[in-house]
Amino acid sequence: MAGFDLSGLTASFGGERVIGPLTLKVKEGDQVALVGKSGAGKSTLIRLIHQRVDGQSSLVPQELGLVNALPVFHNVFMGQLDKHATWYNTVTLVRPFKQDRKQVLELLDALRMSEKLWIPTASLSGGQRQRVAIARALYRNAPVLLADEPISALDGPMAHHVMQLLRDRFKTSVIALHDVEMAMKYCNRIVGIQNGQVALDEPTDQLAAADIMSLY
Amino acid sequence: MLSYPTVRTSLIFLAIALVGLLFADIAITANNPWRDLGNFFLGVLTPNFFSSEGLLTALLRTVAFAFVGVTVGGVCGFFLALVYRFLPVRVFCAFIRAIHELFWALIFLQFFGFHPLTGVLAIAIPYSGIFAKVYSEILEEADPEPGRLLPPGTGTIAAFLYTRIPDCWVQLRTYTAYRLECGLRSSAILGFVGLPTLGFYLETSFSQGMYSDAGAMLILFYVLIATIPLWVRPKLLPVYIVGAPFFLGDGLPIVWGNVERFFTEDIVPSPLRDGEGLAGLLPWLNELMIEQALPGIWNTVVLTQIALVATGILTLLAFPLISNHFGGPIRRTSGHIFLVIARSTPEYILAYILLQLWGPSMLPAVVALALHNGGIIGHLIGRQTNTIRLRSDAPKGFNRYSWELVPRIYRSFLAFLFYRWEIIMRETAILGILGIYTLGFYVDSAIQSIRFDQAMVLILITAMLNIGVDILGRYIRRKLALQTMPTC
Repeated sequence: MAGFDLSGLTASFGGERVIGPLTLKVKEGDQVALVGKSGAGKSTLIRLIHQRVDGQSSLVPQELGLVNALPVFHNVFMGQLDKHATWYNTVTLVRPFKQDRKQVLELLDALRMSEKLWIPTASLSGGQRQRVAIARALYRNAPVLLADEPISALDGPMAHHVMQLLRDRFKTSVIALHDVEMAMKYCNRIVGIQNGQVALDEPTDQLAAADIMSLY
Repeated sequence: MLSYPTVRTSLIFLAIALVGLLFADIAITANNPWRDLGNFFLGVLTPNFFSSEGLLTALLRTVAFAFVGVTVGGVCGFFLALVYRFLPVRVFCAFIRAIHELFWALIFLQFFGFHPLTGVLAIAIPYSGIFAKVYSEILEEADPEPGRLLPPGTGTIAAFLYTRIPDCWVQLRTYTAYRLECGLRSSAILGFVGLPTLGFYLETSFSQGMYSDAGAMLILFYVLIATIPLWVRPKLLPVYIVGAPFFLGDGLPIVWGNVERFFTEDIVPSPLRDGEGLAGLLPWLNELMIEQALPGIWNTVVLTQIALVATGILTLLAFPLISNHFGGPIRRTSGHIFLVIARSTPEYILAYILLQLWGPSMLPAVVALALHNGGIIGHLIGRQTNTIRLRSDAPKGFNRYSWELVPRIYRSFLAFLFYRWEIIMRETAILGILGIYTLGFYVDSAIQSIRFDQAMVLILITAMLNIGVDILGRYIRRKLALQTMPTC
């Protein structure tokens, strides 16, 4: 499964519909930026897609979902718990194996935080925590990336670096972004959400920033 | 003020306690209570650590029983916590924890005799029920998000180990350490029913008027509890857990015939045993209810309500002792020492000592329960006030107490108090063994006169009463929207 075709996506909170019903078709190779005002339903849509593809995706949620008491290594390793037997995972909890250490370290190196490998995530800064969640998604290596504001806590150069990395590692992705410039630069398709509906859906090269601004 | 539900609830409980006082048997019956009290304090000030080797052995046994009992209880409780969402498990756990350690000990004594198993099970069984409840509450608090993010196909065990345990590890460890401290207290009082722990030594010294020996024992016990952070180290724990079973002593061998007889004959209601059938059962139950259960329940409830309110009053008086909004370092240090002693002494030992000094009545029980529980809650509330930052022109003295602090802490104060309501009732029932006419008195008398069938019914009634108060306490806490952490 590399692309997906989801129809009838809806979500309600307290009896009030916040999303849909909408249809979203993503082909392999689509790198989609979800844009729109805050509260438009981008996060809800990301969650809905995650459920509908049965978790067959690398997810970076806004709340990150880190286990704060565990070191960076284990938070990243969690992305592949399904690949190993229970005894292997249990031993790793106490004493990680060499090949896993090497792999995780390489990923952290790419995210420029390899020195934090054994630090509990609770004691990291906001930007570092965000990169741990991204490392976990990269380590998971699912065919699709679903990310909700993955660079919100990163400074300029690091934000560009991470977006570059995500674009290179995931052929297919859906990324919620509030930064229109970033969306235009690193995604090849822009989907604008307004009042829980798709208000805009175009390839990036056929859009100008002003077209997107009408959503805000 | 009366429009506040918390204030109204407090006043209702105060009124109930005052009415209870009219019916309660509160008196000092000893001939010269103050001389005895003086002698006792003199004994504490002139402790005799070298009177016999018995003291060190008793200390060792106390620690050994606590470790084995808490370990077994903790492991069983942990596994029960994993299936705690099923109603039968919850009911089972509520039932086993509603029966006090001493009651369990009295039951096991009847068929295992003075075998170490009696002491271990007496601690392990109720502790399993408590651990199951609290562990499951802690595990439920864990952040569910990381679990949702795991790749599909992740094994249940791996998911549990990676996303649940690390998130609650600190709380699990803190609570288990707290329970170990409780285990030391439970282990100590098991001596009062004849097991070779500190309680046995204390009772012996007291009955012979050797206050200096008793004083030495109490001091050693405080030192033992106060130094827990020094000698209970994560790295040493495996050593203690593996080693403890070897220091339980030999006791007496189990006679398996007794075990069989206990279950097939002793606890069968006597009309059934004698072949009178169901027709005889009703009058038997009726008589048991009217002559033992109802007076026992009445006294237990009256004493519990008085002790609960006394605990509350003592807490409100005691928390300023360690609050850094008042006074200087000297007063706070002595306040800390007072509260540490009050909460480290098991209420059973406090009640025993006061009963020896003042003679039998409800008074020693009320004072003991209020001192112990007031010490615990006062310590927690006092610490809580230290996190409050007052404006720099806040009033001083009594106005600071009544206008700034009490209103801020009153809700958590009530939460702790209602949380301990059930615990106070459990203790009240058990203090009957010392001769106060609560349910424990009737249980103990039934056992002394080998009426085990009646004793079992009375223990069941005690358990039901505790479960009822627990439910009522939770209902009130929910109604008033009070929240507590389980570590209290």
